[in-house]
Amino acid sequence: MQLDEIDRKIIQATQAGLPLVAEPYQAIAQQLGLTAELVMQRLVLMQADGVIRRIGAVPNHYKLGYRYNGMTVWDVADTHIDRLGAQVAGLNFVSHCYQRPRHLPDWPYNLFAMIHSKTEQEAERQIAVIAAMLGENARQHEVLYSSKILKKTGLRIAG
Amino acid sequence: MDEIDKTIINHLQKGFPICAAPYRQVARELGIDEANLLLRLETLLDDGVLTRFGPMYHAQQMGGALTLAALQVPEQRFAEITEIVNAFPEVAHNYARNHVLNMWFVLATERPEQVDAVIAAITAQTGLSVFNMPRISEYYVGLQLEA
Repeated sequence: MQLDEIDRKIIQATQAGLPLVAEPYQAIAQQLGLTAELVMQRLVLMQADGVIRRIGAVPNHYKLGYRYNGMTVWDVADTHIDRLGAQVAGLNFVSHCYQRPRHLPDWPYNLFAMIHSKTEQEAERQIAVIAAMLGENARQHEVLYSSKILKKTGLRIAG
Repeated sequence: MDEIDKTIINHLQKGFPICAAPYRQVARELGIDEANLLLRLETLLDDGVLTRFGPMYHAQQMGGALTLAALQVPEQRFAEITEIVNAFPEVAHNYARNHVLNMWFVLATERPEQVDAVIAAITAQTGLSVFNMPRISEYYVGLQLEA
């Protein structure tokens, strides 16, 4: 989608968050010298085009009790990865699932699936379910748990 | 955090309306009043239970680019490298992970060519090799954590 200057101004004004006031879009419009109708119209269009994934709340995993946030990584034959990736992505506990490039010899993994659990036991059960689904198609795997959030701001475009 | 907070968190992970008085509409859906919703949202953000509330922009759909990258950081340099990496506005998220590759960050840039430029700058400023792992295929993205 081709963004114009108005879209960019709206993105810059909202990328850190929406104002917590009764009429937040009006507040943004006022700040930018636009009308609330135009701001809302542009947000609707950007959401329809996928420029805005969604408007909503982003929780801190740890504060909600999700202490086991694991990036599970698997070395899967490239010829089978699309089928297997789609299967793993269908598991209700997998939040993100991607194919990414290997960096041989240091990094042999090409399938990434994120899991989030409150207990170690639950995380291990989830990993076992993925391992069983991939079977012998996964030559090796590892789980990288996050130990700390170092930054979580989301996208920022410069002014 | 009480049951009302949990309901707010779960509800607002699904989306938020675009209309003149969206908080009033959400408050009505949740059966609480608008002032209460606004106060609770402010507290959840202040306490860090929510890291953000608002539109989530997708770099690639904006014509930009997104990648996941990793570094092998010597333990004694971890704080220093964290500061260098986090200082880039293009670094949207950064996590410490329990692996030899112990720092993993997401770059989100407005223009595609900025990814290589930022990776080159991080390499230059840290003296470390950056493992760039842009997605080849996306099978699913749909993070919602039940409070």
